[in-house]
Amino acid sequence: MGRKYLARKTLHALATLAFVLAFNFFLFRVMPGDPVRLLARGAATHMTPQRIAEIEHEQGLDRPLPQQFVVYAKNTLTGQFGISFVTNESVTSVIGRAIWPTVLLVGSATLISTFFGLWAGIKGAWGRGSLFDTTSLFGSLVLYSAPEGWLGMILLIIFVGTFHWFPAGQMSSNTGQTGIANVLDVLSHLFLPCMTLVLGYIGEYTIIMRSSLLEVMGEDFVMTARAKGVPDRLVRRSHAVPNALLPTLTLVFYSFGFILGGSVIVEAVYSWPGLGQLTYRAIQDLDYNVIQAVFLLFSLAVIAFNLAADITYGYLDPRVREA
Amino acid sequence: MQTLDPTPSEPPVLVEEPADLVPPKSPRRIGWARRRRALSAFWKTYRRSRMGMVGLVMMILFILLAVFGPLFVPARNVSVAFATGKPFQPPSLQWPLGTDNFGRSVLSLIVVGSRISLIVGFAATVVTMVLGAGIGIASGFYGGKTDTLLNALTNWFLVIPWIALAIVMASILGPTLLNIILIIGITSWAGTARLVRAQALTVKERPYVERARALGGGDVHTIAHHILPNVMPVIFANTVLTVALSILAETTLSLLGLGDPNSISWGGIINEAFQAGALSAGYWWWIIPPGVMIVLVVLAFTMCGYALDEIINPRLRER
Repeated sequence: MGRKYLARKTLHALATLAFVLAFNFFLFRVMPGDPVRLLARGAATHMTPQRIAEIEHEQGLDRPLPQQFVVYAKNTLTGQFGISFVTNESVTSVIGRAIWPTVLLVGSATLISTFFGLWAGIKGAWGRGSLFDTTSLFGSLVLYSAPEGWLGMILLIIFVGTFHWFPAGQMSSNTGQTGIANVLDVLSHLFLPCMTLVLGYIGEYTIIMRSSLLEVMGEDFVMTARAKGVPDRLVRRSHAVPNALLPTLTLVFYSFGFILGGSVIVEAVYSWPGLGQLTYRAIQDLDYNVIQAVFLLFSLAVIAFNLAADITYGYLDPRVREA
Repeated sequence: MQTLDPTPSEPPVLVEEPADLVPPKSPRRIGWARRRRALSAFWKTYRRSRMGMVGLVMMILFILLAVFGPLFVPARNVSVAFATGKPFQPPSLQWPLGTDNFGRSVLSLIVVGSRISLIVGFAATVVTMVLGAGIGIASGFYGGKTDTLLNALTNWFLVIPWIALAIVMASILGPTLLNIILIIGITSWAGTARLVRAQALTVKERPYVERARALGGGDVHTIAHHILPNVMPVIFANTVLTVALSILAETTLSLLGLGDPNSISWGGIINEAFQAGALSAGYWWWIIPPGVMIVLVVLAFTMCGYALDEIINPRLRER
């Protein structure tokens, strides 16, 4: 792997991150309605003017803009995002508590939807026009068109409201069980929100994989392999799929931001105690410190994933890192 | 509009009308005749796509519903103060899709909501396309420092998770219909800009652009008469797909409680139902139908967009 390629990509990610920081700063200060008034519009309505002045001072809002930026940069880089105006806790600890449930939910949903999406895409493209292909393509389009939050509500109505197969919301039953019983309990709570995200994104992955493989199937080396008499199964496994997998996996990495975004409303529907629900509550209460911190965190996660995608791609495909 | 012509192998019909019957053709008339021919050839190809035709019919039905449907809904059916039904009625003959917490007919709400959902979809698409095409063309056409700067901006907007950006902007700007349209446009132009930039880069190098420049054509003339017409086909399919994405984006924002509380949209209906506890109470008729409408309208635009893409983008044509 070329060191230059790696350095360039890392530098690019850092520049993007720097821009996010600057953007976040100016968004809250240059937009109509200064931060102080924003605070007052939101949760700060029940605060004393004295408390507001205190918070202003802590976040440097009472100083000129360039100095404010210095304070902001220092606070952000050291992980100080102020306090949540609703719970009066520090935003860092609120987020620290919410991060793992989201990692569990989004991680499992990404793995499952990628696996089945790629499988369906490969099977569909290889038998283009078959019954499986048309059904999976149509199903993918329908799922792609459905808002995730609404999908979650439908699953909740069916599997919790009607059949009572799963617990309604939260992450565990809080009965204090340990060991294997606890794991099973969390899994039963995880199942529906995870399935919602899987259903919401599997269609996209199927369509991407399908069209990527269709493109590769038209390439000369696939025809050569066929002409040599390589069995169909082997053409697929060793010639076509590996070449189609590469761009698809990159796109899956890139679309991480969407699945993360989808988790916001799904977590709200299922009261899953993660970042998404935190964001949802913060929006309802206009808790700006939390909203800002989540924006930074989501952007950081997506930038990191894109960098990981670029590095993996460069590592696997020599054509890219030399370009 | 050469790129629009889907069957370049067939020689174009040169003589359509007997030459002695028509007065000498002006360049404008020749141009229009050529456009008409390209359009009819395009329609012929499009008609063959079953997915595209189903999508088109659904799309037209939805547009008709949004334009004329609300005219047939009595105002009191969707008014919080004057609704005549009892709250939370399940579907019946009188209320085909039941009623909501104010006793409003859910069916009437859906018919009225179609207008806002489609208006947001189309308006946000216009914003997206103007920003995307403008920035993409400027970037590709002018090159140099402009390109570096605009390209960096485009790449940045491509990376940032749109929902996080939309949440931050909506919570600061406040939930009005105009703000929602602007926010959706601002968070989704980057893909279009990248597409347009790539096309502008190739068009710029073609001989006729050089000729136009040699004859003294300025930047505005070159962009308006040579670059833009050749970029159009590329963004055509993208436009239709963007409408679908914008409607979905409006739904997502509404579900997050960032929608305009003063106007009725499909996403807004679902959000109100959710906030009113329709899930735990089992008021399915209040949640499922508006979502089905969203799925169908997004599906319609997506199917049209894919069909168009398959015709316009030669790489996707069936081999």
